Amino acid sequence: MKNKLTALPKPVKVLLWVLLALFAYALPLLEPPIISTPGVDFGGVLFTVSIYCLVALGLNIVVGYAGLLDLGYVGFYAIGAYTVAILTSFHASWPLLLAIPVGVVAAMVSGVILGAPTLRVRGDYLAIVTLGFGEIIRLVAVNTEWLGDTRGIKNIAKPPGVGGEEGLFQIPHLFWGDGTVLLDTDDKTKFLFFGVLDQIPYYWMGLTAVIIVLIADILIKNSRVGRAWEATREDEDAAELMGVPTFKFKLLAFATGAFVGGLAGGLYASRQGFINPQSFLLLFSILYLASVVVGGQGNRWGVLVGATLVAYLPQRFREFDDFRVLVFGLALVVLAAVRPQGLLPPRRTVRAKKLEHDLEELEEGTGEEEAAHA
Amino acid sequence: MNFEFLFNNLPELTITGLAFGAIYALIALGYTMVYGVLQLINFAHSEVFMYGTFAMLWTVMALGGREADGVKLVAIMIAALFAAMLVSALVALLLERVAYRPLLKRDAPRLIALISAIGASFVLAELMGLRDRIAGWFGLDDDLSEYVSGARINNSMAGVIEKPRWDVAGVSISSIDVLVIVAAVGMMVLLDQFVRRSRLGKGIRATAQDPETAALMGVNPTRTIQITFFIGGVMAGIAAFLYMLKIETTRYDVGFLLGVKAFTAAVLGGIGNLRGALLGGLVLGVAENWGSALFGSEWRDVIAFVLLVLILLVRPTGLLGESLGKARA
Repeated sequence: MKNKLTALPKPVKVLLWVLLALFAYALPLLEPPIISTPGVDFGGVLFTVSIYCLVALGLNIVVGYAGLLDLGYVGFYAIGAYTVAILTSFHASWPLLLAIPVGVVAAMVSGVILGAPTLRVRGDYLAIVTLGFGEIIRLVAVNTEWLGDTRGIKNIAKPPGVGGEEGLFQIPHLFWGDGTVLLDTDDKTKFLFFGVLDQIPYYWMGLTAVIIVLIADILIKNSRVGRAWEATREDEDAAELMGVPTFKFKLLAFATGAFVGGLAGGLYASRQGFINPQSFLLLFSILYLASVVVGGQGNRWGVLVGATLVAYLPQRFREFDDFRVLVFGLALVVLAAVRPQGLLPPRRTVRAKKLEHDLEELEEGTGEEEAAHA
Repeated sequence: MNFEFLFNNLPELTITGLAFGAIYALIALGYTMVYGVLQLINFAHSEVFMYGTFAMLWTVMALGGREADGVKLVAIMIAALFAAMLVSALVALLLERVAYRPLLKRDAPRLIALISAIGASFVLAELMGLRDRIAGWFGLDDDLSEYVSGARINNSMAGVIEKPRWDVAGVSISSIDVLVIVAAVGMMVLLDQFVRRSRLGKGIRATAQDPETAALMGVNPTRTIQITFFIGGVMAGIAAFLYMLKIETTRYDVGFLLGVKAFTAAVLGGIGNLRGALLGGLVLGVAENWGSALFGSEWRDVIAFVLLVLILLVRPTGLLGESLGKARA
């Protein structure tokens, strides 16, 4: 199956990708019955999924590619969100399109400031330092009046629309009746009008960001930088001996991850229109990390699947309500035991595991054959 | 910056800080020992502590601690201490069995073990937080209403014990604080000697140094890991008992922040190092208390983390920075 897909000629592959992307864009309009979330706005859920995907892609660079355990990723997300909130509403009234780049740069700079001294400490120490960083960011927001303390910041700017109140044009949704599918002309989404009720344009914005980051991710991963990250992850000393300035590349991974985290935070703040420190609890860092590890750290597609599951399943199964966290925890334990490499482990890990296994078999002699003869 | 307040109350602040620090240190032991042997962050250790606090609370309630006094109260407290130790140790062993052993057998990557522990932590905390609903499934919520009600709020045992304050040379000292510090430091010294001198302790250190060679020399690795979790659980149980004496309230998510602090303490002292855990805990407790006197109590947690970052910058492997395996008898 997999080989057949990779053997397809390039134009066909591109066409398939475009179709997949189009389907992703159209998903909230189609509202397919099983996938759609009863009781919660489907567009809003999809927006959350897209933000989780974005965050997971960013964290995957830090954890999956460079192998740095970051337990405070929500800190960068918070910096992005708070910068946008302050610049567009609380202390200035900048347009959103100007505030988001500033928020992203602020997150990136904080990543460098945090990384420069701490990336020299060993892996597990980094985990607790980053965890502390995430908590410091949140607690500073809680305790500082200038940042709106516990009350948070309201009236954050929405993205500018195109074509005024009515949008450029309007797209009807599908309505799934009993066995019939109709175009619902009463339920239309205004194209590129960012209002309060209809969440679908925000989802399109999030999805576009995911696709851009994804393409950048592919380009970076296949470049010298990506190979340097992986070499650092596999064996830092060996990488250093081969002439890879590991510290610089670790810092770069940290900054790139922070960049994406800040972007996700900025988009989230703009959709929400309101943020307070409750949106940046340590729990979210853990959820993001779970997305990355569950999907298969180091494999961008696996990470996207993981993020989608972590963001989507709790919304889909709202009827569990109080038991959601319990079920989520159980799922993590079971998954870890059943698929310790993640749902979709990177090809290189699979290859390495297989090689290891083969070598072991060679060393131990062909145990299976002997058993068969006996 | 309230320097005057800090200097006028320095002895009191130091002693309450040491009491908190001692509790951090006892919990930190669980993190540090598991890390020393498995090189894994046992994220769910905070829930081991949380179950200990409830074991203590419920034992006191069941034995009628509110009405008792004198010798009977002391007996109830001793029973509560053992209940807390037992429950915490059992939870720790269960954790090892369910969340770790299946992964270690399959040689899973270390991060997935962390995820497994995080999942287990969610499950344990939510089971406690949903205990009224779970009891309802079995129709026990009326019979056990005293125990299962208020599953999501603070559960208090205030007023069960009196806490006399002593006046020593013009400094008012809470007797409970003294008890907490003495008991915690005493337990740490006992444990330190146990790991240094006993056969089991040697086994633990050998496994921490080199699991394969230790196994060849006849140390059973699975059993050693179990013992490590067991000891961590017992220490968390003692910490839970002392915590309940001092704070008197608990809830289903009490372990989270304390766990993070205790882990910080373990890293501060040098993770994998028993004496480091004690030093880290005490330093953290005192620094937090001084810091919150100086900057205001809302900055308490910020101070803890900033201190951690600063110390790691100067000493990247913690204050004592030696691993469990390297400690020699």
